[in-house]
Amino acid sequence: MKTLQELEAIRQKTLNELNLRKNREDGIRVVVGLATCGIAAGARPVMAAFVEEINKRRLTNVTVSQTGCIGLCRLEPIVEVYLPGKEKVTYCKVTPEQVGRIVSEHIVNGSPVVEYTIGNFE
Amino acid sequence: MKEISLHILDLAQNSIRAGAKNIVIRVLEDSAADTFMVSIADDGCGMAPEMVKAVQSPFVTTRTTRKVGLGIPLFAAGCENCEGSFRLESEPGRGTCLTGTYRRSHIDRPPLGAIADTVAMLISANPALHFRYEHNRDGCAYALDTEELRRILGEIPLNAPEITAFIMEFINSNEAELESMEVQKS
Repeated sequence: MKTLQELEAIRQKTLNELNLRKNREDGIRVVVGLATCGIAAGARPVMAAFVEEINKRRLTNVTVSQTGCIGLCRLEPIVEVYLPGKEKVTYCKVTPEQVGRIVSEHIVNGSPVVEYTIGNFE
Repeated sequence: MKEISLHILDLAQNSIRAGAKNIVIRVLEDSAADTFMVSIADDGCGMAPEMVKAVQSPFVTTRTTRKVGLGIPLFAAGCENCEGSFRLESEPGRGTCLTGTYRRSHIDRPPLGAIADTVAMLISANPALHFRYEHNRDGCAYALDTEELRRILGEIPLNAPEITAFIMEFINSNEAELESMEVQKS
């Protein structure tokens, strides 16, 4: 069973990386809609997939956060990606399977996955 | 909502929006009494008595992007459909406490589900807030408290990916432990 004692070891390991993450001006933000509509449509596994993928790739300049309902409930789960200096990109009806491509093509390489974006739905 | 943990994720958003600093989530199972109780208590802005009554209707919400608010009515209806009950207590300036009880053995009672994901996502998206999650099943209990984590971790933010992974493993392994105790008993 996991106990809190193991945290001490994690703390030591993480401290070294902490400075890398601090004060990043070039931060990328991934925002997942977590209102009733988003959650019912499957936003939690999508958010978990983003956190896992970003952790796996050790992307220290990306934060995953949440927002409420933006009024497009039928297109949930909705994910917004903010790259510094660029216009926000909105992805609709996102599934955990699509997260890998969004992270590698958009977040890492800077080109949005157009076929998953809101323009394809509206 | 197919899982009780999804309701918890949803209802905790209300607490966050109410400006809560401390959010306590409790799951209390009692197989002798055949009850499964979920409560979410916060110290957010609270609601006046009229609002407490009103939010239990699906046609009331404080948001402006749509006209319906389904979170609370959906949860309450789920409890009541499982021969349970729902209670909402709130006081302006003090906070809100939501309690839902299901009959534990009711065929329609949803499973708790991926509670580790719910708690880990809440913490990682709101690292500055204090969350406490407790699960008690027939007297066997454990808790995850972000204050305790913070005491050990010091300056490391609670949304660091290593910490999110730890929280998930911690909850999953403790939930499995609770599960195995029940198997031993029967």
